[in-house]
Amino acid sequence: MTGFKTRADAALADPVLKLAVERTAGTAEAKRALAVEAFPDFERARDRAAAIKDHVITHLGHYLERFEANAIAAGAQVHWARTADEACRIVIGICKAAGARTVARSKSMLGEEIGLPHALAEAGIGRIETDLAEHIIQLADERPSHIIWPAMHKTREQVSALFRAKHRAPHEEESIAAMAESARRELRSRMLGADVGISGANFLIADTGAVCTVTNEGNAELSLVPPRVHVVTAGIEKIVPSMGHAIPLLRLLARSATGAALTQYTTFYTGPKRPGDRDGPEEMHIVLVDNGRTAMREEGLAEMLRCIRCGACMNHCVVFRQIGGHAYGGTYPGPMGAVLTPALDGLERSRDLPHACTLNGKCQEVCPVRIPLPTLLRGWRERSWREGLEPVSARWGVGLWASIARRPRLYRVVAALAAGSLRLLGNRGWIARLPLGGGWTRHRDMPRPEGRTFMAQYRKEKRR
Amino acid sequence: MNESTPSRRVALFVTCLVDLMRPRIGFAAIRALEAAGCEVIVPEGQTCCGQPALNSGDRDHAAALARRTIEALEGYDHIVIPSGSCAGTIRCHYPEILADDAHWLPRAQAVAERTWEIMAFLDEVCGWRPEAARCEGHATYHDSCSGLRELGVKAQPRRLLKAVEGLTLTPLAGEETCCGFGGTFCVKYPAISNAIVAEKAAAIEATGAGLLLAGDLGCLMNMAGKLHRDGSKVRAFHAIELIAGMGDGPAIGEDA
Repeated sequence: MTGFKTRADAALADPVLKLAVERTAGTAEAKRALAVEAFPDFERARDRAAAIKDHVITHLGHYLERFEANAIAAGAQVHWARTADEACRIVIGICKAAGARTVARSKSMLGEEIGLPHALAEAGIGRIETDLAEHIIQLADERPSHIIWPAMHKTREQVSALFRAKHRAPHEEESIAAMAESARRELRSRMLGADVGISGANFLIADTGAVCTVTNEGNAELSLVPPRVHVVTAGIEKIVPSMGHAIPLLRLLARSATGAALTQYTTFYTGPKRPGDRDGPEEMHIVLVDNGRTAMREEGLAEMLRCIRCGACMNHCVVFRQIGGHAYGGTYPGPMGAVLTPALDGLERSRDLPHACTLNGKCQEVCPVRIPLPTLLRGWRERSWREGLEPVSARWGVGLWASIARRPRLYRVVAALAAGSLRLLGNRGWIARLPLGGGWTRHRDMPRPEGRTFMAQYRKEKRR
Repeated sequence: MNESTPSRRVALFVTCLVDLMRPRIGFAAIRALEAAGCEVIVPEGQTCCGQPALNSGDRDHAAALARRTIEALEGYDHIVIPSGSCAGTIRCHYPEILADDAHWLPRAQAVAERTWEIMAFLDEVCGWRPEAARCEGHATYHDSCSGLRELGVKAQPRRLLKAVEGLTLTPLAGEETCCGFGGTFCVKYPAISNAIVAEKAAAIEATGAGLLLAGDLGCLMNMAGKLHRDGSKVRAFHAIELIAGMGDGPAIGEDA
């Protein structure tokens, strides 16, 4: 796999990617701002949401056991998976037991995280992605680049061309409505013929055993209700004590993600079809996935488990807006991805991510559950430093500079020398090429130091 | 100011960047603070607050520099800094860095509580407005991230700049969006940083202002350096220079 910088450079060189990201993230940013302005006491709602999540993360075992008992009482079967592989094996096992040839999948980032699409393919089970953007990704054989809009990196013009190439009866008129209709024609009949429906969960309601999903297309409902079996894969941090706790989080989720007050569809699934029900699956399986979450809680990343996957942090991130999601290289991009990916894929493989951030704090400012993302990113930097993963040049550079800065007298001498020699490099106020400072001067000029340092000038003035 | 009012003893922490690159900002700070009735002391032992070590993940060196800086800055009524990010490091991060050190934590907290970004200090603590500052010009203002989000510096510089005679201020589209400097970020990820600052430079140009103002020299060097490379005529100053009546001097990158 190529490194982060290579991927970022490729992204920066792609003007169509920039256009695609800007269209969606720019709109989301503007709409979120309006939604927040119209929300009575948004800051208190964020406090409450963070407190709800902190409470369940602290008492995770208690609420998971309650959820399990109530889900079983409602007729569902509950499975526990420690790792991604274990979760996939459980899902494949359920599909095989159901004799499934095809599954309809409703978009789930946890499914991506555990590699479920790949596992289904290996098991020879056909997969129909029912979310429009996931359908685009499946047609293009790509990976999601955003947690809310998996196909954010594609412009509508690119999607139109893709549909024309891949759909059986593609749109004739060049409009978004006609393209959506083309996707509907392509997907609807195949969706209804699926043997198993697989979804994630936005919330797990402990006191009822219900699973909540939110969508804007109604694809979850259409892919989960008709098949004989419904399988849910959910991260254990999705738990909330009751419906009364899910609602305040739901109110923040859609507003933070798209600026809408609520998603078009918010559905609570409580157990399979009961006697007398007109529809619903005969079996409902809920796979509760840890995949490193318990360890995150113990290793200083408990606050990250508050995340409700709204995507506001990446929509507002200056780095994400320039490079898009694929450059991050993990399941989750942007600031939340830069915190999660080292935990999921290992710090050694993702060392760049916590560093590729200006620590400007915007992500924390917009996070509906107040995750201190910059602090968590700094935490990864510290761990990377402790574990010796930082390049030797950085270690030497910071070490040398710090040992000078600890000695004020030496520091004065070095600063005076630096000011003098930097001045020699300049031409009429500006330095266009800086030895060892190419990172700066490749793209911008460096102002020449004024001359003597402040400390030298100040001392001289005081003596007068 | 009433003569019987005891004057505030203020330690000026100049910052390593101002010391090295643009001492004028330090002298402007002294001038404004004295005009606001403060007694200004420049403690000898100061060097750098340690932010580069902190943000690189080098906690040991960050702690060592924090202790050294605390020693230099103890014993004053206030510590005032012409930089939101350095002030943020001392005010928000020193107590974190030294949280496990029973001896140093109280000292870190005492220094943190007294530490101010200069424009917030002049406005909130001194209630001061520039009286004799004049600068004919059309300016726009960029909110540097640490000052804005760690310290709440937003209205204070604008209130002070409003009192500068002859100056008009046009809002910058995306004024709260990071300029892409990010300390060592700009040299570790130069291509990403460049893409960010290129957008910032375009937004600055679009205001039609001839002057760019901000409260942090690092961000200013980044934006001014990009503007100059692109052939822009926009001139950049630290806002305190104008507030102190030193807006007639050379801009960043202009020889005196």
